[in-house]
Amino acid sequence: MTKRVALLYGLMCLVLIAIGFLQSWNVAFGIFNLCVISAVMALGVNMQWGYAGLFNVGVMGFTALGGLTAVLVSMPPVGEAWAAAGGDIALSLLSLAGTIAAVIYARRVVPAALKLPVTLVLLLVGYFVIGAFFGPAKETIESIDPALSGYLGGAGLPVLIAWPLAGLVAAGAGWLIGRIALGLRADYLAIATLGISEIIIAIIKYEEWLSRGVKNVTGIPRPVPYEVDLIESEWFISLANFFGATEMSDAASLFVKLCYAVLFVAVLAIIMWFAERALKSPWGRMMRAIRDNRDAAAAMGKDVKHRHLQTFVLGCAVCGIAGAMLTTLDGQLTPTSYIPLRYTFLIWVMVILGGSGNNWGSILGGFIIWFLWVEAEPFGNWFMSTITAPLGEESELAQHLVAGAAYMRYLMMGAILLVVMRFAPKGLIPEATNRSTAMAK
Amino acid sequence: MEILNALALFANFVVVPATAYGAQLALGALGVTLIFGILRFANFAHGELMSFGAMITILITWFLQNMGVSIAPFPTALLALPIGVLATISLALVTDRMVFRFYRKQRSNPIVFAIVSVGVMFLIAGIIRIVIGPADQSFADGERFIIGAVQSRKALGLDEGIAIKQSQLITVVVTAIVVAWLFWFLQKTRSGKAMRAYSDDEDLALLSGINPERVVMICWVIAAALAAIAGTLYGLDKTYKPFIFLQILLPIFAATILGGIGQPVGAILGAFIVAFSEVTVTYAFKKFLAYLGPTDWAPEGLVQLLSTDYKFAVSFIILVAVLLIRPTGIIRGKVI
Repeated sequence: MTKRVALLYGLMCLVLIAIGFLQSWNVAFGIFNLCVISAVMALGVNMQWGYAGLFNVGVMGFTALGGLTAVLVSMPPVGEAWAAAGGDIALSLLSLAGTIAAVIYARRVVPAALKLPVTLVLLLVGYFVIGAFFGPAKETIESIDPALSGYLGGAGLPVLIAWPLAGLVAAGAGWLIGRIALGLRADYLAIATLGISEIIIAIIKYEEWLSRGVKNVTGIPRPVPYEVDLIESEWFISLANFFGATEMSDAASLFVKLCYAVLFVAVLAIIMWFAERALKSPWGRMMRAIRDNRDAAAAMGKDVKHRHLQTFVLGCAVCGIAGAMLTTLDGQLTPTSYIPLRYTFLIWVMVILGGSGNNWGSILGGFIIWFLWVEAEPFGNWFMSTITAPLGEESELAQHLVAGAAYMRYLMMGAILLVVMRFAPKGLIPEATNRSTAMAK
Repeated sequence: MEILNALALFANFVVVPATAYGAQLALGALGVTLIFGILRFANFAHGELMSFGAMITILITWFLQNMGVSIAPFPTALLALPIGVLATISLALVTDRMVFRFYRKQRSNPIVFAIVSVGVMFLIAGIIRIVIGPADQSFADGERFIIGAVQSRKALGLDEGIAIKQSQLITVVVTAIVVAWLFWFLQKTRSGKAMRAYSDDEDLALLSGINPERVVMICWVIAAALAAIAGTLYGLDKTYKPFIFLQILLPIFAATILGGIGQPVGAILGAFIVAFSEVTVTYAFKKFLAYLGPTDWAPEGLVQLLSTDYKFAVSFIILVAVLLIRPTGIIRGKVI
């Protein structure tokens, strides 16, 4: 069992090292960083699917929330916008809180028959009150220097603070959706999470006052040094010379990637440590018991719905953290880049390939799948040009096929998912149950 | 006449588009609900199945257009549609044979089926993007409007006209025919009855000698045919965008759950409720209210409850409301 883990991880390392030698170390570490982020996401999904058997297809939404948090925490505030519309924003938030409080209070006091109409009336009134403050505020904010800002900006804090905060924000969203959809059929959770993720993306795309929408937020402050500063600083030049680097800009970008790698690996290690501890604790055994036989676990007095909510929220938080890391690495938030195939279903392929229920497997799955996703494009190009070679360069069909080669990655992911589900449903590193660990000993 | 003008405006911008959209959703939701009823899982590949059917139809349409074949004033796509349907049916049967049958034999958990359908979704999405590319495609030809805005304004003698696009009328007519046939099939034929029996109680159906593989096959054939028709009609009415078919899954699932899982009538009902709420909620009522109010008065702002960007939110809210209030759906579906 452990031999197998070591072998698979060793192979993955070798492949990355080979990329370092064959292509360049910059490429290798670029891939490695995204592999680590993918692995964190896969850990989050594994907590939900592997520990508890919850089918969350809204990973994209929680990731994007993490990205949004990174922007809101780290970008400098736009003082003008706050001065012009801060009061209105505060008032609309206040009326939102007032509406919610009124609804909750009314639902407690009015008789059951009137509950629904009273709630609806209150919601409608609240909607117009909020709109009265919010509408003008939004227009004011979006009209202030729209080419450069046109939004409220963030808190201007270091971006690293955003990572744990992103976890909290995503956890909150996960709690809301879990409260509604957990405890029903498993497919309902899937469909509800699919919906919430689309809504989150729509909010980030169209609420320009909050996130600049499709105008994208760029230049998010980094937690690591900038290349331009590096190549001018004494210590870096001497360090680079010590390692025999010839091209300073290459060395600088490699150094930046290394810094990110250290940060990401630290986050991964912390989450992994908690995840493994949780899995080996009585709590982890309870989760697996609930997953494997819900009714029996309920009969033993376990609160199934509550436990499901707990792990669902934890998983969402981890996905949120990964989202913040991703946005930090990119240095920008581009809402249009969030598509479900890449941010939701790809993570699922990682978890299934790695081995559902096994954290080591999920990390490995994250590495392998991200590596293949990146390398599928050159491979697809090569494959398509090879099979279309007999048609000749001029052929329209050949050109069309080569143009579509990037989408070979979809085919590849579909094929991997289907093959794994069919022939090795336990994944590359199967879940360690008591029986299998006992046999290994 | 002001009230009549307001009604005409409402009909033009809400009733007509929502009816067409509802019909397209209904065809999709019928397929999803049949698969839910017979095979008992949420098929995430259904959107891509619709997309695939539309893609084949588009390719054949282009071929026919190049050959100079035309059935003007009708769109050429109608002529190509049967081939699109056949191709989609074959694809569905191949995926069932290669993928889903194995898990059926194993009696796997519905979630395993759903995950496997994600794999199928990836595969079909890849094929579509390689074959036709990720860009928008437009393939509608023939007459654009049955009744133009100007024409209807004159006929009704109002300031507001009701324009009806040909694609909208075709959508509704085709849907009516298909749905009528489907209900006749499910109610009157032996195979249809077998399907309903199998959906109600699998074991009892097996005991009565119903061949499960045949039922499943018929189910895929119908679902795939409906998907191809729905995808083509949707593409004809708007434009064909490969990425939209993952997003359209949400209203389709909402309609299915709202109507009651495994209930064809419910699916149609649910589809129209979802479509009408979506279009009504995202419609700007400014002009409508201006007609109803005193002369020379118009409300400030657009009076739009929700911007069109948030139309998914409508299906989602409906979905959540159903889950909270009546998880079995309007027509009591599969008991959970």
